[in-house]
Amino acid sequence: MELTREEEKSLSGEHGEVLQTAYRILSATGEATDAERLVPIHWAHVSGVNYNTIGDAGEEFLAGLSKKAKFRVRTTVNPMGYDKDSVEKFGLDENFIQKQESIRKSYKKMGVTPSFSCIPYEVYDMPAEGTQVAFAETNAAIYANSIGKLKTNKESAFSALASAITGKSPYSDLRKDDSPTMSIAMKVSDPNELTFGLLGYFAGKVADKSVAISGVKSMDKRCNKSMCASLGTSGTCGKFVLDDNSDASEKVDFDEKEMQKAYDELNTAESGDLVTLGSPQLGLEEMTDLAEMLRGKAFKKRCLIFCPRAIQEQARHLGYAGQLESAGCELLSDCCTCLTPLVTKKDVDSVTTNSIKGAYYYKNSSGLDVNLKPLSEIVRDETS
Amino acid sequence: MTEKIIVKGNVKGKVIKSNQPINFLGSIDKKTGSITDHEHDLSGKSIKDSILLFPYGIGSSVGAYTIYSLKSNNVAPIAMACQKVDLTVASGCALANIPLFILSPDEYDSIKDGDEISLG
Repeated sequence: MELTREEEKSLSGEHGEVLQTAYRILSATGEATDAERLVPIHWAHVSGVNYNTIGDAGEEFLAGLSKKAKFRVRTTVNPMGYDKDSVEKFGLDENFIQKQESIRKSYKKMGVTPSFSCIPYEVYDMPAEGTQVAFAETNAAIYANSIGKLKTNKESAFSALASAITGKSPYSDLRKDDSPTMSIAMKVSDPNELTFGLLGYFAGKVADKSVAISGVKSMDKRCNKSMCASLGTSGTCGKFVLDDNSDASEKVDFDEKEMQKAYDELNTAESGDLVTLGSPQLGLEEMTDLAEMLRGKAFKKRCLIFCPRAIQEQARHLGYAGQLESAGCELLSDCCTCLTPLVTKKDVDSVTTNSIKGAYYYKNSSGLDVNLKPLSEIVRDETS
Repeated sequence: MTEKIIVKGNVKGKVIKSNQPINFLGSIDKKTGSITDHEHDLSGKSIKDSILLFPYGIGSSVGAYTIYSLKSNNVAPIAMACQKVDLTVASGCALANIPLFILSPDEYDSIKDGDEISLG
C-alpha cells in the first residue's frame, strides 16, 4: 500500500505513539486486502465496549490509549455490558461495574458520541449514498452497505478504532468492488424475520464478501436487521443485494432442508426461561409495532427488550415505552443481548428469542439453551 | 513459500491445524487459550505457543480484542497462518504483534497438525 509522506511519518512514529499504532493497524489491514492507498472516512463506529468481551487487557489498552488519542471523525460506539439505570437489579459484581465504567470513560475521553448502540443506522441520519464510513459492528456494517448504500468493509474493532483516530481506511475490498460472487435462491415461502435470519446464517457460511439473493421482492426492517446480524455472525460476508438477475458465477439454493439444518444447529430448547428481544437492538418502528401486537396482552415470563437510549427516550415520550412496560416488558438501553452479563447461566438455563445472532452467542459463549421462534409466535405463546 | 506476510516475524514451532474458520469472540477462553466451542474441531485444545493454522477468521469484529487479550495473558499462538485474511485477524495480530502469514493453497495443504515448521 502506498502511503503519503505524512502517513509514512506517522507510521514511523514521528507524530507520536498513538498515530503510529493506528497506522500500524491500517498498514496490516491494507496489506491484507491489497489496498493501494488510504481514503478519508466520514464516520467510524467502533466495537469493543462491553467489558465482558474485551476483558482486562482491552480495558487497560483503552485506558492507555485514551491518555493521548483523540477521534478525528464522528465516532459512535457499540453497546456496553449493562444499563446503568437498572444495573442494581441484576446483581453484577463491583469489579465488572468498575471496569465497564473505566471503558466508558476512556471512550468519552477520546471524543465518542455516547450512543452505546449496535444500530447507529437507526439513531442517526444516514449520510449520502456512496459515503465512505468505517463500521466495526458487523450487523451495522452490513446494513450500511446493503440498505444504506454506504461504503464500508466489515471492519474489526481495531481497524475501526484506527480509522476513528486517523480519519482514514484502506481503499480495498467492498469499498472498491462490491459485486456479488455468489447468488443464493430463496426457496422458502412465506418468510418471516427468523427465516431471513437463518438465510443470513447460511449465506455467511457459503458466500465470500458480497452475496446476491434472488426470489425475494422486499424485506421489512425487522427482516433486514435479522438478516444483517446473522450474515455477519457466521462468516466474512459484508453485503447482500436483492437481485433476481445476478451474473454471479456461483449459484446456491436455500430451501426448507438448509433452513432446518441451520435451525437445528442453533435451536436447542422447546421453551425458554426468559424472553429477550434484541440483537440487533430494537428501533422505534419495531417497538411501536410490538406495542401494537401486545395490545391487551401481557408476558407470562420475564421479557427483556434491548434498545438504544435515544430510542427508548423517544418511545417513552410517545407513550410506547409505557405500553410495553404495561405488557410486562423491561426496557434496557446501552447494552444488548450478545455477551451481556445480564443474562447468564447463573439465573436461567434457556432463552426464547427471534435473534439468530443472539442465539449463536447465547449458545457458544454463555452456554445457554436457546428456543428460537419468530416474534409473532413469541407473542402468541408467551403472553396471555 | 509464504504468499504474503501481514505481520512480520521469524518463528519456529509446532503446528495446531484446524479445518474450520474461527470466530475469536465466543470460541476461545482468552485467559487460558483453550478453544471452548464444542462444535469446533479444535474443541478443548490450547492454542498457546503454537503456530496456529486455520482457514480464516469469521464473525464478530470484537474478536480482535480476543487476539490482543491472548497475547497480554501470555497464552497466544507464536504465529498464525491462514488461507485468506480477514480484518479482525489482521488487526488483532498487528496490535498484539503476532506474526501473521497467508499461505498458498499447496503450502497450506502440505502442513499437517503436529508438524514442526519455521515461518518468516
